[in-house]
Amino acid sequence: MGIASIDHRGIKNHLRNFTRLGDKTFPKLTFVFALIIIVILVGTITVLGIEAVPAIRKFGFSFFSSTNWNAVTEQFGALPAIFGTLISSLIALLIAVPVSLGAAVFLTELAPGWMRSPASFLIEMLAAIPSVIIGLWGLFVLVPFVRSPVESWLGSHLGFLSLFQGPPFGVGFLSAGIILAIMIIPIITAVSRDAMQAVPDTQREAMLALGATRWETISKAVIPFCRSGLIGAVILGLGRALGETMAVTMVIGNGYKLTASLFSPGATIASKIALEFSEASSGVFIASLVELALVLFIVTFLVNVIARVLVWRFTAVKAEK
Amino acid sequence: MVEREYLRRLWVNRIILMLCYAAAGIAIALLLLILGYTLFKGISYFNLDFITQAAKPVGEAGGGMRNEIIGTLILIAIGSVIAIPVGLMSGIYLSEFGNPRLTSVIRFVADILSGTPSIVVGVFAYAIIVRPLQSYSAWSAGVALAIIMIPVVARTAEESMRLVPNSMREAALALGITRWRSVMGVVIPGAITGIVTGIMLGVARIAGETAPLIFTALGSYFGYQGLDQPIGALPLQIWKYALSPYKEWQQQAWAAAFILIILVLIISITVRWISRRRTR
Repeated sequence: MGIASIDHRGIKNHLRNFTRLGDKTFPKLTFVFALIIIVILVGTITVLGIEAVPAIRKFGFSFFSSTNWNAVTEQFGALPAIFGTLISSLIALLIAVPVSLGAAVFLTELAPGWMRSPASFLIEMLAAIPSVIIGLWGLFVLVPFVRSPVESWLGSHLGFLSLFQGPPFGVGFLSAGIILAIMIIPIITAVSRDAMQAVPDTQREAMLALGATRWETISKAVIPFCRSGLIGAVILGLGRALGETMAVTMVIGNGYKLTASLFSPGATIASKIALEFSEASSGVFIASLVELALVLFIVTFLVNVIARVLVWRFTAVKAEK
Repeated sequence: MVEREYLRRLWVNRIILMLCYAAAGIAIALLLLILGYTLFKGISYFNLDFITQAAKPVGEAGGGMRNEIIGTLILIAIGSVIAIPVGLMSGIYLSEFGNPRLTSVIRFVADILSGTPSIVVGVFAYAIIVRPLQSYSAWSAGVALAIIMIPVVARTAEESMRLVPNSMREAALALGITRWRSVMGVVIPGAITGIVTGIMLGVARIAGETAPLIFTALGSYFGYQGLDQPIGALPLQIWKYALSPYKEWQQQAWAAAFILIILVLIISITVRWISRRRTR
């Protein structure tokens, strides 16, 4: 009795089956879950494609060239929204790229050691603030400030340019671009900081040993070395700017026309969807909004792929060294 | 002549480096400006009624956002319940079992997914859930939020499990423990702080998301009425109240922003505190 009578063989078999079962099924189970990520991506493009069919069929290519958006006559053209998306993102890049690259140079090359990590944290905190709160701040603080002094000053001094003509509303492309710039500064800064940090110190030391100034070191030894990483960072920022919704919707003013004036209220693809989707009643109206979403998805997809490849290639090069 | 060239280089250097200092200053100043203003405005309209009372109609003083606070918590819960298992299991696959080619594809897709505009995710959730069921619902919004949260959890889980040294896996295997038991008993406990950090980052990300809720959760004047019914949420209410012409509503939007920003701040600072302790 007791210990001797335990069925060793039985336990062994049981254990073997049990462990084999575990080692056979568990990896497969994790694989199934990992596949969900791919299914979501493929599913999104498929579902949006199917749902957009009525609009694609009705409007064809004129969807992209028409400036008409009329729920009553059921005529929908996306050109002003596409235009607005591009203009606001362009303004955002013009503001955000110099600031972000400057900040990244500060974080990697200039800041004293104790300051780097807290300063990085503060800049990245900016990305953690919810979009709708940035929009709230934008609506009540930035927009009045843009209306006057910014737009009134630009209008009276540079008003001969068609960019700065028209009444200063405050809400419009300019405000949207500034808000977007604020929102993409953290990501461009963080990714380009990582790229600059990956540059080996020997690059810098060689340049300094030749008698170069700090700036000459940065511009001739650091930046050329990590150029693809920096371009990737900027394109990643562009991807965020194109798809950003809430804050832009709150400050762009919801106009719908093609105009050269940056003061004019406008719309982006994302703001159009956000404002009208839950009120869309007819099938073609909804399908048109879904087609907008599909366009936005494809564009940001391509932009993100390019950015990732650039950033990854750079970090891969670094890893080999 | 040589002297002048030298001075020119010196001054170019000084000016550009000054501009870099200024750029970093601008970026940090923007954060402090937005954060400070929201906290200042928010706290002046914040009171106990705000978290204990339901919303009141326009014109009536007082009222709060109890329902929306509960709604946001419910939406975060649904999103987490879906995203944590999916994200964690994908992370395990990527770090422990995946073959190299498939792993890099899935990792790539996860990164692309996290860059997808959240409004597109909302349209997707609308098309697959709201439209077939003919009803706006809390859980369709939860699914949309989960889609946003999954890549965050998966990638951080993967990265923290990769940091677990191979010697620990080998030690477990040498003791006769099977691979999957070693993952559950050795790798995951070893990477748990990183995994928790990833989950917290995911929660911080979805807590303030608004765009995917507009046509899934829709918003509601009543409290929680079931997962298959529309539901209110703080960010939705901020949006609605901010664009309203009523002073009281705009003030409530600031108070709601205050709560949301405190939540996000607490999570971000905790995450930083945890990861700093880990690297020491």
